Amino acid sequence: MNIHEYQAKQLLAKFGVPIPKGGIAHSKDEAIYQANELGGDKWVIKAQIHSGARGKAGGVKLCSSHQEIEEMCGKLLGEKLATIQTGPEGKLVSSVYVEEPSAIAKELYFSIIMDRASQYVTLIASTEGGMNIEEVAAETPEKIITVSIDPAVGLQAFQARQLAFGLNLPTEALNVATRTVMNCYQAFVQSDANLLEVNPLVLTEDNHIVALDAKMTFDENAMYRQAAVAELRDTTQEDPRETNASQHDLSYVGLEGNIGCMINGAGLAMATMDMIQHAGGEPANFLDIGGGASPERVATAIEAVLADDTVEAILINIFAGINRCDWVAQGIVDLLAKREIDMPLVVRLSGTNVEEGQRILRESNTSVITAETLADAAEKVVAAWKQATGK
Amino acid sequence: MSIFINEKTPIIVQGITGRIGSFHAEEMIEYGSNVVGGVTPGKGGQTHLDRPIFNTVAEAVAETGAEASIVFVPPAYAADGIMEAAEAGIKYCVSITDGIPVHDMVRVKRYMNTLEADKRMILTGPNCAGTISPGKAMLGIMPGHIYQQGNVGVIGRSGTLGYEAAAQMKELGIGISTSVGIGGDPINGSSFREILEHFEQDDETHAVMIIGEIGGPQEAEAAEFFKEHMSKPMAAYIAGLSAPKGRRMGHAGAIVNSSGESAAEKVELLRAAGIKVAPTPSDMGTTMAALLNGK
Repeated sequence: MNIHEYQAKQLLAKFGVPIPKGGIAHSKDEAIYQANELGGDKWVIKAQIHSGARGKAGGVKLCSSHQEIEEMCGKLLGEKLATIQTGPEGKLVSSVYVEEPSAIAKELYFSIIMDRASQYVTLIASTEGGMNIEEVAAETPEKIITVSIDPAVGLQAFQARQLAFGLNLPTEALNVATRTVMNCYQAFVQSDANLLEVNPLVLTEDNHIVALDAKMTFDENAMYRQAAVAELRDTTQEDPRETNASQHDLSYVGLEGNIGCMINGAGLAMATMDMIQHAGGEPANFLDIGGGASPERVATAIEAVLADDTVEAILINIFAGINRCDWVAQGIVDLLAKREIDMPLVVRLSGTNVEEGQRILRESNTSVITAETLADAAEKVVAAWKQATGK
Repeated sequence: MSIFINEKTPIIVQGITGRIGSFHAEEMIEYGSNVVGGVTPGKGGQTHLDRPIFNTVAEAVAETGAEASIVFVPPAYAADGIMEAAEAGIKYCVSITDGIPVHDMVRVKRYMNTLEADKRMILTGPNCAGTISPGKAMLGIMPGHIYQQGNVGVIGRSGTLGYEAAAQMKELGIGISTSVGIGGDPINGSSFREILEHFEQDDETHAVMIIGEIGGPQEAEAAEFFKEHMSKPMAAYIAGLSAPKGRRMGHAGAIVNSSGESAAEKVELLRAAGIKVAPTPSDMGTTMAALLNGK
């Protein structure tokens, strides 16, 4: 789960991480109010969307007057902002963060990740702030400092100091840098984060340290014990198809193609998408219905696929272990009795109760196209899609 | 031989009295697995499915001599259940539970590493379909009848894709020594490499198939291990060629975050190591057949 920059900063501030003063605004008036609260004669206006690279896309501006703030708000609020990370469709800006400018002496990079190779929480720092850290790691690996944390004892001060010294900070800034690193680690661990990235972490001209930007993502599996974090979810930043499916507890990812999919199991779902592409089509979505799906759940899942109006053909691929092919077939037949589906529907059933499932489909007198194997199913759905759409 | 479990392995079921645990315990018994008891805290002394229930894993091990365990405990308590099994002296544990917080799994791995190497439990999963040695024993939730007994070892991150592979191989008359699900989570009990070490030592396993997907470093480690240490031939399939970067594909661990984690990059690494890669998921069976025929 992702959150906005201002939410990440507020969370970090609770753990004692220094951030620039700022306030959130949903309108021009609120932005002016926040600017007045901050005082001074310059303010940074930052569009709040779930994406980095906002500056290059025109989403961040240093303003020197109320008029400039209003202009910037007029340009951003209620509009979509497209960055290299969001893709061309962009994301809706419903708030801007108004922040005091920082006197930057040096931009640094700092992040905390759940490292899958070492299976430890790992701290990463670099003197190359503001850069894409993957590029720094590839081109100048000597500029990357990493520290792995033993979960039994947690981050120790000497490890945080090791990072701070590695960043060539002036002596006056070492204590606050060490404390900042330790506080970030506490925020990461105590809020079940998967990623915390402060890029840049800034050394100011008066030798202070501030988190100038902040990105955090969280483990959805842990949200049952992170009520305060779960509340930070902003569904306006998600694909509406995914928000709709998640309300029905379906694992769904919206994609760009026209062939809607309903599959059981994440691996089989990915493999089926690959097969569709191999057969010359493009999947419209990833959808895993999970195990033990009732006929009602199957019908609900197909409805979620149909809710996407770019879908022009549907492939259902089930290899039932703890699912039952007869329940899946019944769900399909029940839905077709309730509503018309005016596009090709290809169904492949295999595994538990397959004969019964195939019988239900056969005797239903519906226009369902059945397939025997994964390859057969992918070829049939792509062929039927081409025939139906003339593409 | 097979790896981890056979028809004699004494098995306990953690969470045996729950709806899901009970259903699958019954299926495992029906398949022929030697289920000797179950653990549900607070229900010790009762019986379920004609097996004794214990309050703790330690009691269950002391009373039944259990060597393997399967964990159906809900996500919030599953990490605790796994550590309890490790402490009690269980040798092999499968965790089916999907949805364990990743910070909990980091703690589990750390805890297991405090045990002496020769007494350290082997964990596979979580978020997997389990392990089966066809014709001998099933420690999982898979449909047992689609697996034919034979000499190919299978390791996979996905449950249903593992079924697909087993069914394709059975269709071609190819059997399986043991099929191990390592699960779809970002931090899991055992990696491809760790399971490969066991298959390399197993007389009954003549070839290995690994079924990987996008995200994480484990397929690359498997390729490295194959190149350096394996004498047996290996085939592979990697799911997610069509998956976009930065999107999580169902499994908590199926996400391309950095270079080397995409399906195309993994396929390239495996091929370079000399592993035969199935071009599509419907070629898993035929790819293994060609490998066994020395083609």
